[in-house]
Amino acid sequence: MRKVLVLTEAKAGNLRGVSLEALTAAHRIAEGGEIIAVAIGNEATHYANVLGKYGARKIYIIGNKELDIYTTDAYSQALRQVINAEEPDAILMPHTAIGKDLAPRIAARYGLGLVSDVIDVQVENGDVIFTRPIYSGKAFEKKKVISGIPFATVRPNNIPVEGFNGTIEIVHFNVEIKDLRTIVKEVVRKTTGNVDLSEAKVVISGGRGVKSAEGFKPLQELADILEGAVGASRGACDAEYCDYSLQIGQTGKVVTPDLYIACGISGAIQHLAGMSNAKIVVAINKDPEAPIFQVADYGIVGDLFEVVPLLTEEFKKVLANA
Amino acid sequence: MNIIVLIKQTFDTEEKIIVKNGDICQDGVNFIINPYDEFAIEEAIKLRDLHSGEVTVITIGPERAENSLRTALAIGADKAIIVDSEDHDLDEYSIAKVLATVIKDREFDLILCGNMGVDYGSGQVGPRLAEELNIAQITTITYMEINGDTAIIERDVEGDKELVEVSLPILVTAQQGLNEPRYPSLPGIMKAKKKPIERLEIDELDIEDDIEAKTTVMETFFPPQKNAGRILKGDLKVQITELANLLRNEAKVL
Repeated sequence: MRKVLVLTEAKAGNLRGVSLEALTAAHRIAEGGEIIAVAIGNEATHYANVLGKYGARKIYIIGNKELDIYTTDAYSQALRQVINAEEPDAILMPHTAIGKDLAPRIAARYGLGLVSDVIDVQVENGDVIFTRPIYSGKAFEKKKVISGIPFATVRPNNIPVEGFNGTIEIVHFNVEIKDLRTIVKEVVRKTTGNVDLSEAKVVISGGRGVKSAEGFKPLQELADILEGAVGASRGACDAEYCDYSLQIGQTGKVVTPDLYIACGISGAIQHLAGMSNAKIVVAINKDPEAPIFQVADYGIVGDLFEVVPLLTEEFKKVLANA
Repeated sequence: MNIIVLIKQTFDTEEKIIVKNGDICQDGVNFIINPYDEFAIEEAIKLRDLHSGEVTVITIGPERAENSLRTALAIGADKAIIVDSEDHDLDEYSIAKVLATVIKDREFDLILCGNMGVDYGSGQVGPRLAEELNIAQITTITYMEINGDTAIIERDVEGDKELVEVSLPILVTAQQGLNEPRYPSLPGIMKAKKKPIERLEIDELDIEDDIEAKTTVMETFFPPQKNAGRILKGDLKVQITELANLLRNEAKVL
C-alpha cells in the first residue's frame, strides 16, 4: 500500500483530462493505499467531487491569490507544504507546462529521482515501473526509481481513465507563500478554440500544402465537426500560415490523439516525432511518394482543398446517422 | 555579464535507433549539439555582445563531447568546461548535482540551457540545477531582454505567451523561436582552437551529496510494428465514403 499524492490541474477553470489520467495511474501505484489530490485555485471546489469519482479520497484545495497564475516559487511553496504534511509514498503530476517546470524543482528539493513524460505505469512484484518514449518516440524505455519514492509526470492522453468512487474529505489548506522572485506581467492567450491540442482526441494538421493562413479554414471546419483541434507542421508555421503554438513535432508539441489527419504534410522525421503514437493516422497529400504515407494507416492521394471539404460533409453525415 | 551555457550531445535526428544488448547502440552514430541547446548558445553570444562579459559553455559527457564544445567556442563562446562522465551511471538527479558543484563557486549572472534533450526528453536538469543553486528559473523562453539586474522574458506556455519579470541571477531554458542560431564562421573555428577547455573528472570534484542515480532503465524496446497502411483507390467520392466507413467500423475512431 502506498499513499500517493497527485497534483491536479485546471485550465481556465476547467479540470484538465490529464488530472484524471494521473489519478488512474495513482490508483495502480497505491495498491489500496490513500490517494490525495492537490487542487490549486478556488474554482477547485467546483470539480473536487469529480476528483472523488476517479480515486481521490482526500482533496487539498489551496486558494491563495498568489497561486492564481503559475510561478515556480508560489506553486513550489504550496506543494511542499502539502508534501511535508502528508509525507507521500509516491508523487504524480501531469506532464504539462506546469509539471515540466515544477516536478524537477520539487525532485531536487527533496533529493528524489523523477521519471518524466510517462505513457504507462504498472506495478510488477511491488515495483512501480514507468514506460516512457525516447528519441522522439522511436523507442521506449521502462524505468523505475531505485532510491527514494516513485515520482513521475504523466503525458496527457495515454493512460485510459478509470473511475473509482468513494467518500472524499476536502481540506481547504492554508499555506504561506512569500518572497516570490518572479512577476508575471501579462498572459496572452494565443490558442484559440476550446480543445487543447495536446489533449485532443482528434487532430487535423496542416503542412506547407495548406499554402496560406486561409488554407487552414477547411481544416478547422473538419476539426469542428469531429470536436478536434487543429495542428500544423513546422513548415506551415515557418511560412507564417499559422502561429507556432500549433506546431506539432520534435521542437513543437507532442500529441497522442485517437485520430490524426495530416493534410499537405510531407512527413519529415521531425514532424513524426510529434505524432507517431497517434492511434490512427490518415494522410492526404498530392504526392504519392510523400513519406507521410509510410506511417499512415489510410491515405488519400489528392488535393487537400478538394478532399478535406468532402471529408467534412461525409463525416457530418456519418455522425448524424450514428 | 558572466553567462553559463549548458549543452549536451544528442544523436542526429535522422539516426536510426538500434538496440544492442539491451542498450541503445552508439556505433557509427553522428552526434550533434542538442537542437534546443543551440538556441541557448546563440542567446548567450547575443547577450554577451550587447552587455559585454564572458560566455562559458559546460558539458558533462565522454571525450567526443569536446567536439560540441569546440563548435560552441567557434560560434563565439569564450571558455569551455567538460566534466568526464565515462564510468559513471548518472541520471538527471546526478547530473544536476555535478553541475551545481562545478558552477556554485563561479561567478554567474545567467545560466542558459535547452528546455529538453531531443534524445531522452525529460527536461529536468535545468530546473533541478536552479533549485540546487537556489536561483529563480524561467522555462521555455522565447524572448529575453536584460536591463541591469532585471530580465524581461517572454515564455511559451503550451502556445500561450507570458511576459515575466525577474531579477538576476536566473536560469532559463530555451524554447523554439528564441532566436536563429548562427553557424560557426571560418575565423570563428580558427579562433576556437586557442580558446581554453577545462577538463574535470567527477571523482576529483568535491561533491557534497552522493550522486548515485536515483532511477534506472530496466528495458529499452521498440513500439510494435504497425501494419502497412493503405492508400485508397478509385473515384475520390468513393474513397471518401470508404475512409469514413473504415474509420468508423475498422479503426473505430469515428
